[in-house]
Amino acid sequence: MKTSMIRKQWLLSGLVAFTCLASTAALSGPIESYSPVTAQRLENPEPNNWMLYRRTYDGHGYSPLDQINTSNVKNLTPVWTFSTGVVEGHQAPPIVNNGVMFVTTPMGQVIALNAKTGDEYWRYKRQLPDDLFQLHPTNRGVGLWEDKLYLATTDDHVVALDAKTGKVLWDTKVQDYRKGQYLTLMPLIVDGKVIVGGSGGEFGVRGYIVAYDAKEGKELWRTYTIPGEGEPGHDTWQGDDWKNGGGSAWMTGNYDKETRTIYWGVGNAAPWPGDSHPGDNLYTASVLALDPDTGKIKAYHQYHQNDSWDWDEVDAPMLIDLQRNGRTIKSLVHPGRNAIFWVLERTPTKINYVAGWPFVFTDVWKGIDETGKPIVDPAHKPVIGKRVEFCPSLWGGKDWPSAAYSQRTGLVYVPANENFCGGFTGEKVPLKPGELWLGTKPEDIGLKTKPGADHFGELQAWDPATGKKVWQHNFPKSHLFGSVTATAGDLVFVGGTNDRYFRAFHAKTGELLWEQKTNSGIVGMPVSYEIDGTQYIAIQSGWGVDAQRIQDALVTNNIGIEANVPQGGVVWVFALKK
Amino acid sequence: MATTACLGCSTRARAGEDPPGSDERPQKGDLLVFSEGDQEGKLVTAADLKVGGPPIHAWPKDPTTSVVRSASRLNEILIIKLDPADLDEKTRARAVDGIIAYSAICSHAGCPVTAWVKSDVGDKEVFKCMCHNSEFDPRAGAQVVFGPAPRRLAALPLALADGSLSVAGNFMGKVGGTQPG
Repeated sequence: MKTSMIRKQWLLSGLVAFTCLASTAALSGPIESYSPVTAQRLENPEPNNWMLYRRTYDGHGYSPLDQINTSNVKNLTPVWTFSTGVVEGHQAPPIVNNGVMFVTTPMGQVIALNAKTGDEYWRYKRQLPDDLFQLHPTNRGVGLWEDKLYLATTDDHVVALDAKTGKVLWDTKVQDYRKGQYLTLMPLIVDGKVIVGGSGGEFGVRGYIVAYDAKEGKELWRTYTIPGEGEPGHDTWQGDDWKNGGGSAWMTGNYDKETRTIYWGVGNAAPWPGDSHPGDNLYTASVLALDPDTGKIKAYHQYHQNDSWDWDEVDAPMLIDLQRNGRTIKSLVHPGRNAIFWVLERTPTKINYVAGWPFVFTDVWKGIDETGKPIVDPAHKPVIGKRVEFCPSLWGGKDWPSAAYSQRTGLVYVPANENFCGGFTGEKVPLKPGELWLGTKPEDIGLKTKPGADHFGELQAWDPATGKKVWQHNFPKSHLFGSVTATAGDLVFVGGTNDRYFRAFHAKTGELLWEQKTNSGIVGMPVSYEIDGTQYIAIQSGWGVDAQRIQDALVTNNIGIEANVPQGGVVWVFALKK
Repeated sequence: MATTACLGCSTRARAGEDPPGSDERPQKGDLLVFSEGDQEGKLVTAADLKVGGPPIHAWPKDPTTSVVRSASRLNEILIIKLDPADLDEKTRARAVDGIIAYSAICSHAGCPVTAWVKSDVGDKEVFKCMCHNSEFDPRAGAQVVFGPAPRRLAALPLALADGSLSVAGNFMGKVGGTQPG
């Protein structure tokens, strides 16, 4: 209908018709109408949009849209798809602002699409250096502010793009990629500040979180996750260990707008064996509470001391108001890589331990003391000079993929992995900048499945107020390695399995209600948005990175596991069949 | 004196980081030096190689200027000695006394190929990139036997004279990954 009208106008008046064609048919070209992003819009996002990593600053990963619900989700059908043209792990949520979608992919691409039609507006391709190599070739999305987008790159730059055209507005080098420093996360935008944290825990970096001015890319503050000399917490390290102690910060933080506090997760200690860096090793494997204006550390909670398992606790905790023992707790909820489901209390000046329990099998912890420190079993703590086995594996009970929280059901949905154990032989390895520094031989890292295991991936639904598991869905022949999203239609969406399916579950019962086989395996994050009265569900399907590594290990361990998960990214968008 | 000498040098050269030639690809006549381990920097000779591996990791070294070409990681080389009877025809033709050399950079994502381990899909030991588990068989021109790598490792022709090894020509094939990150 539109097309025929446009053709008619073309015949009548070339000039007018040309403008019209470019805008309505959405051929490659600039976005004509774009809604600038403000602090107010990020703090109270419209239900139809997905503009932050987890849609809202509290990190719930929840859409208030309910057109698609438990009774009609069986009619969910693809509306459009779009090939990204690259392989490897597509981990980014499609970000949507009033009808415009921004997708990022491995290789530092940003693709701007019409979220209704799937037509491309523009594409930015980062020219990455040819000597760059990546253990984690991925990207988790662009941050939005005013009429600009912010991309963090694997060659360790933060780049600002014009949202309408994709043109580079500024490009700031953060650190040196040749020393193993890189970025994969979606920047957190708070009040005109672009906040990112560095990757490189496997290269012996000293982690940090840094804020840039959104307008010009000037550095405003940088807070190291490992305290330097004279700073509180420095005495939890010995000698020079702190200089290369890890503590990368490669996932987007959450934000408490009431107290103006950022909650940011911190990664593993480096190198892996604990006796190569004696001490508690603050703030590795911790959550930090930061002042967004200064980067000052207001409070912290360390999930485990002297990390020895490569257990990054980078996934930021969800900010949930919990009713517990008759009072409301402003909580932080974090299903940890260390197998412990954490419920903490956040106050303006402190983070208090409330409760913790194992959500998958672990032989590493004997319990948790009253201050919230887990009690370690030394038999399962890796050290230099001998092989040590531990459960869960180094990918943990839940790795970086996000859990979700539904305000309607009061449940937390966790993409967990069970029946995996791991192990390695710690060794002393000299640090060479830019080279892997794990404290073990990469080829020595083991992933073992428990004998007789009848499944690996588990989608778990927990009531964080009571600590009760309400339901669980098992995946017999796959791990679960994708982020979860909940909706007001009482649906829970997740991919993450090696059979390439994208699935919807009943949020209250765990019943599988819908599934769609896609081009590749899904390691990305589902989102939901609405345009002109239609609710859409979007996901990138593109297998890679650690989901692929676990898959390779499974293939060698087990007969009957799908051996080949094809790679190559595609954006999928679904709506109800009309 | 130092300042005058450095006029016209690049910033990095002035900082004393990378001497000229150190990021150029291996050239005919280059010697080979250990790139890691206790013997780092020492010349690699035929006597250093045991039949059947493991491979030695090496940098090319300009024999005239003594510059080690270590400023680009794309120059790292794997040298291995195998039983000539185990090599396929093309690889055998290139081998000198069973010694062959390949780029140490994986053709998939450009990671370093660090391991010499038993293949996931066979009984033989292979070069393995631990980033994404790609495996390459050095007996057959380093063709891919497992994993996501799209093509073989680039080969580097060698010459052997009186037990000393040198580079006999440019890399054959493309060095580096298809999709850097």
